[in-house]
Amino acid sequence: MAVKTRRYSARDVTILVIGLGMAIVVNVGLIWGPTLASVGLSATGWNGIGPIEWVGGQNYHDLAAEYPPFWSAVRNNLLWLGFLGLIATPFGLFCAVLLDRRLRLSRVYQSALYMPVVLSLAVVGFIAQLVYSSDYGVLNAVTGLTVDWLGDSSINIWVVMVAAGWRHVGYVMVIYLAGLKAVDPALKEAAAIDGADERQAFFRVVFPTLRPVNVIVLVITVIEALRAFDIVYAINKGRNGLELLSVLVTENIVGEASRIGFGSAIAVILLVISLGFIVTYLSQMFREER
Amino acid sequence: MTLTAPAAAPPAQERRAPSRRPVRPLRILLHAFLTLVALGWLLPLALAVYASLRPYEETARLGYFSLPEHLTLGYYGQAWSQAELPRYYLNTLIIVVPGVLITLFMASFTAFAIARLRIPGRKALLIVFTAGNLLPPQVLITPLYTLYTLVPLPAWLSDSQSLYDSYLGLILIHVAFQFGFCVFVMANFMRTIPEEITEAALVDGASVWKRYWRLTLPLCRPVLAALSTLQFTWMYNDFLWALVLMSSGDKLPVTSALNNLRGQFFTDYNLLAAGSVLVALPTLIVFQLLHKQFVAGLTLGATKG
Repeated sequence: MAVKTRRYSARDVTILVIGLGMAIVVNVGLIWGPTLASVGLSATGWNGIGPIEWVGGQNYHDLAAEYPPFWSAVRNNLLWLGFLGLIATPFGLFCAVLLDRRLRLSRVYQSALYMPVVLSLAVVGFIAQLVYSSDYGVLNAVTGLTVDWLGDSSINIWVVMVAAGWRHVGYVMVIYLAGLKAVDPALKEAAAIDGADERQAFFRVVFPTLRPVNVIVLVITVIEALRAFDIVYAINKGRNGLELLSVLVTENIVGEASRIGFGSAIAVILLVISLGFIVTYLSQMFREER
Repeated sequence: MTLTAPAAAPPAQERRAPSRRPVRPLRILLHAFLTLVALGWLLPLALAVYASLRPYEETARLGYFSLPEHLTLGYYGQAWSQAELPRYYLNTLIIVVPGVLITLFMASFTAFAIARLRIPGRKALLIVFTAGNLLPPQVLITPLYTLYTLVPLPAWLSDSQSLYDSYLGLILIHVAFQFGFCVFVMANFMRTIPEEITEAALVDGASVWKRYWRLTLPLCRPVLAALSTLQFTWMYNDFLWALVLMSSGDKLPVTSALNNLRGQFFTDYNLLAAGSVLVALPTLIVFQLLHKQFVAGLTLGATKG
């Protein structure tokens, strides 16, 4: 300890304290402080103005028992996760594997695929309306159907997920491409010498070495699924079949009915789910470091 | 240029050369598939541009998927002047430019302290910062909203005299939220800089500031380029924070203001399409110009160089 402190002058220490102090204040004040406050508020019946009154687990009980949008939101979030995880993410991986060979035009394909990644999900929501509009949208025009894709609450979540997947695929592909480039080519050659065909080589040799990338993609997928908000809000404010947990939290604080305690309870449920994955991610990330 | 590219590029060339020639028909199939996917991916964007060029009554009669009778740039003009897009672009600029600069400045110093100095508890700090970036915003939005209405600001900083509905409030939340990601990426990068580079300076008694500002930061240029591209895109695309933490319509950043183009009873989707194209344009341009940095930024956080 004595050796370490001698290396820093008083001025050094001041600069460090200011620099790190600022970072910690901002991070705790605006991120972790409010997060903990959410947990506290979720046990209150606060409406944002009057006195804060303690209600214990009442909000959670009401959520589960007397608030129908909650269960549709849970279902939609799970669907969202399933769709991104089981369809969009594997498709992104598939495209990355195809593009990892040295193909002519590979750059062009790649650019096309991750172009949507730079768009905001709100813009994706608006573009989705041009495709899915029931009266003059492209989808109905091409197929000759007269389905109200965005208005019918039993199907709209599916078509919106496709729009969200449009963006997700490119994101995943970029990450897998980087991961694949880092795979030692000797591994593939060894597999080829041992007589493995391309599929076997991929699933038995290459894919297992991608484990760290897989964990990261998994976390990104989960986080994206839990964060999903902009796109449904841009389409119809997340109502009529497009309920999501994130929308319910926002709905309960913005607007007339300010039900802070109730909204916080939904936020805490989101928090608990995401923390599980954040911990997985971090332990993967920090494993190699001593 | 990028973190991942230099390591990956040389072996990529060596490894492909000796591999056997692929079968032709399979190659054609592969190209056909990829072309189809690429076209499918570009189609929605092309459609938005196309819709924005056609009068409403024409699409109402024929649908978006039809041959054009008239093409017009009128909707762009309308979105530009009537919907006051320039003002919203300016709002975005007021928020995003300081947002990116402050985030990168704070994050680079923090990363420097964590990666290059022996600060007690540095690993814990890094974990807390990184985890903060991964939280869904809604987890903290309720108390944040209340906090923002309670923090007073002088009138010259905010018309509302509180953090709520002020540019500063939006800048702060962007900084706080994006900071963790940048620290994580930069700390990883700074660890790869050899100790020898700073050792000489250390013997000369260089101060902490000098080692950060003069010695470490210049070496971080590629990461800074990648991160600023990515941060620009993310902050620009923000929709939620502005929606929740702003109330005056005329202060909204351009992405959130897009909602204003939607009428209460009738929405002209061709106008909305023009607005969407205009809103998407800056990020698309940045993406085209700084392609490498953008992709590097995306993969920086995800795979460790």
